[in-house]
Amino acid sequence: MDVTGLSLTTITLFLPLIGLAILAFMNGETQKSNLKWVAFVTSLVTFVASVVMWINFDPSSAELQMAQRNTWAEISLGESVINVSYFVGVDGISMLLVLLTTFIMPIAILGSFGSHIFEERGREKLYYIFLMLLEWSMIGVFVVHDLIIFYVFWEVTLVPMYFLIGIWGAEERIYAAVKFFLYTMAGSILMLIAILYVGNRSGTFSTYSAGGDVGVIEMVQNFDGEGTYWDALGPDGEGEDAGFLLDSVESFLFLGFLVAFAIKVPIFPFHSWLPDAHVQAPTAGSVILAGVLLKMGTYGIVRFNLNLFPEATVAWAPTIAFLGVVGIIYGAWVSYAQDNVKKLVAYSSVSHLGFVVLGIFALNSQGLQGATLQMVNHGISTGGLFLIVGMLYERWHTKEMADYGGIWKVMPLFGAISLVISLSSMGLPGLNGFIGEFTILLGSLGSDYLGFAFTLFGTLGVILAAVYLLKMFQHVFMGDLKKPLADEAGYTLTWYEKAAYIPIIIMVFWMGLQPIVFFNLLDVSVDKIVAMFVG
Amino acid sequence: MFESPTIAEFLAESNLVSTLPGTLLLAWTLLLVIVDLFVDEERQHWTPILACLGLGISFVANIGVYSPAEGERVALYGMFIADAFTGFLNFVILVATLIAVLMSRDYLKRAGIHRGEYYVLALISSAGAMFMVGANDLIMVFVALELLSIPLYILAAFRSIKNDGSDLALKSEESGMKYFILGAFSSAFLVFGAALIYGATGTTNIPQIFDMVGGIVGGTSSATFYLLVGTALLIVGLGFKVAVVPFHMWTPDVYEGAPTPVTAFMSVTAKIGGFAALLRVLITGLSVLALADGDAVAWQATATIIAILTLVLGNFVAISQRNLKRMLAYSSIAHAGYIMVAVAAAGSANVIDAATQGALVYMLAYMFTNLGAFAVVMTIEREDGSGGNIDDISGLAQSRPLLAMAMAIFMLSLTGVPLTAGFVGKFMIFSAAVQAGLFGLAVIGVLTSVVSAFYYIRVVVNMYLRDGAGELHPPLDTHYVRWAINIALAGTLVFGIFYPLATNLVSMVSIA
Repeated sequence: MDVTGLSLTTITLFLPLIGLAILAFMNGETQKSNLKWVAFVTSLVTFVASVVMWINFDPSSAELQMAQRNTWAEISLGESVINVSYFVGVDGISMLLVLLTTFIMPIAILGSFGSHIFEERGREKLYYIFLMLLEWSMIGVFVVHDLIIFYVFWEVTLVPMYFLIGIWGAEERIYAAVKFFLYTMAGSILMLIAILYVGNRSGTFSTYSAGGDVGVIEMVQNFDGEGTYWDALGPDGEGEDAGFLLDSVESFLFLGFLVAFAIKVPIFPFHSWLPDAHVQAPTAGSVILAGVLLKMGTYGIVRFNLNLFPEATVAWAPTIAFLGVVGIIYGAWVSYAQDNVKKLVAYSSVSHLGFVVLGIFALNSQGLQGATLQMVNHGISTGGLFLIVGMLYERWHTKEMADYGGIWKVMPLFGAISLVISLSSMGLPGLNGFIGEFTILLGSLGSDYLGFAFTLFGTLGVILAAVYLLKMFQHVFMGDLKKPLADEAGYTLTWYEKAAYIPIIIMVFWMGLQPIVFFNLLDVSVDKIVAMFVG
Repeated sequence: MFESPTIAEFLAESNLVSTLPGTLLLAWTLLLVIVDLFVDEERQHWTPILACLGLGISFVANIGVYSPAEGERVALYGMFIADAFTGFLNFVILVATLIAVLMSRDYLKRAGIHRGEYYVLALISSAGAMFMVGANDLIMVFVALELLSIPLYILAAFRSIKNDGSDLALKSEESGMKYFILGAFSSAFLVFGAALIYGATGTTNIPQIFDMVGGIVGGTSSATFYLLVGTALLIVGLGFKVAVVPFHMWTPDVYEGAPTPVTAFMSVTAKIGGFAALLRVLITGLSVLALADGDAVAWQATATIIAILTLVLGNFVAISQRNLKRMLAYSSIAHAGYIMVAVAAAGSANVIDAATQGALVYMLAYMFTNLGAFAVVMTIEREDGSGGNIDDISGLAQSRPLLAMAMAIFMLSLTGVPLTAGFVGKFMIFSAAVQAGLFGLAVIGVLTSVVSAFYYIRVVVNMYLRDGAGELHPPLDTHYVRWAINIALAGTLVFGIFYPLATNLVSMVSIA
């Protein structure tokens, strides 16, 4: 493996920064109409780059591909020196999530093309700069394999999202933005301590092996002594148990990572920031938040919790999976109770990501494959739902479901698109949502660690999803038109609105009808992870 | 017969060359006093320029003296040590002074107190800090501390030289007086502590103290008692200077009353000097001071408690502050707490170097960020001292986008968000704490930085997310201040994004 040359991953990762640099040198006033184009073209080029990565990706290999590793800093700790390295590369899971990120980004940008928010708040240049920064940091989270650099990217995603919500959000934007920032920062900062501990004890921050250095994950997987790897290292590296808070170092570290990820996902009961952030965020913000940002949490659990702390994962699996199932039911229930259509979609995320959590902690290959696919599905369908809500709001300036009705009559195409996306979100067979949820339930049924009840209540969530999504569809699109628009021209979709939906609809059907393409991508990478738990 | 040494012999014996950065700066400053007398009214702006030139000369001398290959050298008959630690902190102090001088010129003119003495005092204080970081003897620590502090007392009261009976002049006078009385008080603690340590070990030379301590702690003599009390008094004395809880009471009043550039300057240099001496005395001199064989170092628990108190109090009290200067004052207490975490970590033998290096990088990051934040606050303050409240910066992103961006980056750096220098400092300090096994301290440290995020983010919220009260801020900054902000911003970002730069600079540092 060539580990120091410029890799495709690096190129994809840094393309958004080039867009950012171009935007930074443009004049926000005189070149106002060009700003969005620069952002859009950049995100499109990034998408093409990630597709090139996909073409070059060998799904039969469990190794990191298109990897690059350069030593970045040397930190002396006691007698030893720990390298922090710029280490990027993709396996199947990373590849799929990078594709999701670069796929959602141009759609989100198209979604803000006609936005009225700039007439009120202005600062379009800053808006697109933050979107580019966000894309860079999100791709970074999915491709880096050095704990410190991972933490850097993880925290940096906070900053642009904070500003997107805070500057261009709805009425309660400041409260939502501050809550989002503090809540997620509080979670992730404990992860820093866990990361430092892992680095100090294992002597490296790299998670995978490259260029002769053994990564932490390999160290854990190849450990064959008594107890677990972390307990064997002990707090003083002498095999003593920690003897504080919890009876095992590994559990403590596991929770350090998990809390950070659980807040991001969000796993019930850490979800209270999400409805606020979603409802207040501008459309593109909601789309990215639901489409990609939440997946950083589930990705983190798969990448770090499962790989680094297998014993603790097994011990905690039923508890977390239980929280996942509670999230499925609770999210669906609360979603049904909403009158605010954006809030309804927001709570549906809690429910859908409950499935992902359930799939992950089934700890077998169906569960994990289904969970990863469900991350992508949720990104596409919920991203699509937020786009729909955004377009409704642009026209009618309300988020109350009671104000809508009969929209299908005046906007037939829009109604049809919305129906397909809603059906995809509720998991209709033949569309993408079904594949993910079905595989997850299959996984949880065959899990060595979870009982039958998990599957039973999980399945209940599928039905509840149909209930709240049909309620939304019925209230908004069926019945009589309650509020006709003053300008009839508003009933036709603009070209950029159509353009935003075409890729979504394509993916909904493609992933639903030919899921094997995506499963192939995941097969080997997932097997490598679950090998620790199965058999 | 006793012969007086020739100058050449004196130079060789005293190794005066190694102290050149500090001595050159002092010499230049003494010249500046005289030159300033002959500078006429119209050419007053020459004094700050000459002051900057002096800092430049000292900077060059510093690069010349502390090349990494040279290793450590003792000068002034053992009183002064020139090693990587001294060299690095000299660099930090010089940049801090430069930024402070650039900030001051404009402010002094506005306040009508533009006097050449101001720069002279700032430079003397800076030279004092440079001697303090290289002090290798308790007497030297004391002398350098006074050289650092006395000009600061005067500077804190500098606004009262224009005695117009205004509130600002009074507050400044109060600030100077308070600082002087409490500073003198704390110096007394320091001297008494030094005396007790001298009584126990028979020497004031720090490496010699180290040699003696090993023999004392095992035994049953009363020397152990004197050593412990002496160490405690030293920590109290220096704790006053660096403003850690519970020795912080003077800080908010003094910081608020003093002219803003002085506040910025003393919140950085006094802390650097104090922490450098604290690290030097505790690590080089007293690193084997344990109550019994195999115990942790006696001062580690003390440092841990002080760190926790400082972090919690500094951060929580800062939340309720509406005045930006006062908020930064409390936050600077909190930052002393983070450096104190490194001091506590240095109590474990295997992390001494990592902890020292962490403390140094933190000071570097804190210097750039804090000075930058103060510079921004200074530009938005009105001439009568009002306008420094948190509500007054509402809508700054609209009226002054670049200034707001700089302030936002300083706030994120103070919070410790990655890609800023603040993160690198926090990362190294917590890394040392984890390595030392101080998990509780590390967890409290990171949790309080979430608390700090609350009040730093509020500044960003006001600048970016709220609209201004209507009236635009008049541009109060000249290119002097703009340079100060630019330097601070560049330092914050460069050391944040390319963090190997900072870690490589300190990698030679070892004072154990």
